Amino acid sequence: MLELKNIQTRYGKIQALKGISMHADPGEIICLIGANGAGKSTVLMTICGITPASRGDIFFKGKNVTHMAPEKIVSLGISQVPEGRRIFPYLTVMENLDMGTFLRKDTKQIKKDLDYVFHLFPILAQRRHQPGGTLSGGEQQMLAISRAIMSRPELLLLDEPSLGLAPMITRQIFDIIRKINQENRTTIVLAAQNANLALKLADRGYVMETGTITLTDTGKHLLANEAVKTAYLGI
Amino acid sequence: MNPEYLTALILGGLTRGSIYALIALGYTMVYGIIQLINFAHGEIYMIGAFTGLIVSTVLTMHGMPGFGVVFFAAAAAIIYACCYGYTLEKIAYKPLRHAPRLSVLISAIGMSLFFQNYVLLAQTSNFLPFPGLIPDFEFWKPYSHVMSATELVIIVTTAIVMVLLTLLIKFTRIGKAMRATSQDKIMASLLGINVNQIISITFIVGSATAAIGGLLIASHTGQINAYMGFLVGIKAFVAAVLGGIGSIPGAVLGAFVLGLSESVFTGYVSSDYEDVFAFLILVLILIFRPSGILGRDQTQKV
Ligand SMILES: Nc1ncnc2c1ncn2[C@@H]1O[C@H](COP(=O)(O)OP(=O)(O)O)[C@@H](O)[C@H]1O
Ligand SMILES: [Mg+2]
Repeated sequence: MLELKNIQTRYGKIQALKGISMHADPGEIICLIGANGAGKSTVLMTICGITPASRGDIFFKGKNVTHMAPEKIVSLGISQVPEGRRIFPYLTVMENLDMGTFLRKDTKQIKKDLDYVFHLFPILAQRRHQPGGTLSGGEQQMLAISRAIMSRPELLLLDEPSLGLAPMITRQIFDIIRKINQENRTTIVLAAQNANLALKLADRGYVMETGTITLTDTGKHLLANEAVKTAYLGI
Repeated sequence: MNPEYLTALILGGLTRGSIYALIALGYTMVYGIIQLINFAHGEIYMIGAFTGLIVSTVLTMHGMPGFGVVFFAAAAAIIYACCYGYTLEKIAYKPLRHAPRLSVLISAIGMSLFFQNYVLLAQTSNFLPFPGLIPDFEFWKPYSHVMSATELVIIVTTAIVMVLLTLLIKFTRIGKAMRATSQDKIMASLLGINVNQIISITFIVGSATAAIGGLLIASHTGQINAYMGFLVGIKAFVAAVLGGIGSIPGAVLGAFVLGLSESVFTGYVSSDYEDVFAFLILVLILIFRPSGILGRDQTQKV
């Protein structure tokens, strides 16, 4: 489904990714863990072509997307819930969701998907005419996830979905991520500093440190790994 | 106070305001989307007027009836101005998308001077008479002592353009994409919006409204020259800042506030300082309310 081969990405002089190789198979949940600044967000932005790779190749569904424009890449079936949610503050909740369907034409299915996200997050239905900027942090995260669902991705990239949220909302959001994965066989790549929940959810994980991958294993094994425990689980 | 005189001033102010609004929209939409003051915008308006003049002269010479002339002159002016606006962005602004703002601003001023001199060379530095494209409608005769048919057409056309533009921005897929792009370009492209295309569309829409403004004011004043874009351009810019640059309703409101106050000021105080008045307003807003009447804050756009 997704494969990164020796990806390097730089911000001017700073080399943020120093040769990242990873893959995700159809229907898998993959998680990227690592401290702040390790390069997790950059991996997701590089996949989408926002910060294009300077070296290496990215394949999505067998197609080399390394040098494609972001709007072309996402049109192949990728959707990202970026760090900080990036809700359009002056668009209403409904308009934010509409933007998720920008590339779709199947009006009937869109209507069904809208009912689906309103069923997942009833609060959004209540707030549908409110500007996105007036929602609380948790509501914005729900909206960001819903907006991504509205584009019916085959691959969903989630960056820090639980950052700054109350534990109860965090749990709710992780339940919904699992549900999206199970119901639609959506492949998921999840970046998280808070590794505990992420590793429990994930089939496999990659541990990142300053732009490289230092360790990869199944979620279960990483949870049990002593080094991971001390560095990322705070145990 | 003579009520008829005041009415005349108000109608005159609405006419001015309409023209300012048509131009101010281009400034504010472009600012909303790429945070650039497009100083060459006034020249797009001037080019629209010149195109209208050339096309209407040729068509009239070939004996085309009045309505045909108006239609084709307007269509040509709009299309031509849109081509200029589109190309302007592609060659002078797009290559500088990630350059410091000052570079882009200098590029904008350079393009403004370039267009003025290009028209000076290709046409003339003199004022050219512009034909009265708008006929004295029979049905308007009884009221024409209060307001000319041309003024009526200016106000009505502006109102129609405003309504269409509002519908475009609020309800269409492209309009929503324009608003989304103005608020967060990275997120917009993550959702599949072609940001470069949206920026081009913004320049095209702004150029079209400017061309309409150019034609209307030219048929009102009856003459044009290569510098006509400068003063009106600056005033429309003041109107956009007054309303809150980046905000579309703001630009329209600012344009009418400026047009009306200018008209009343020249009517009651002095017409010698007519053009200084706009700058006075600009200085006052920049001091007391830099975000303008409807501007939410520095980040509020389209
Ligand atoms: N826009 C940027 N400009 C310059 N450097 C950046 C930018 N974004 C991230 N970086 C740098 O790239 C590195 C990786 O950052 P990031 O991908 O955000 O890490 P993470 O998501 O794991 O916290 C960091 O050293 C960060 O300072
Ligand atoms: Mg990050």
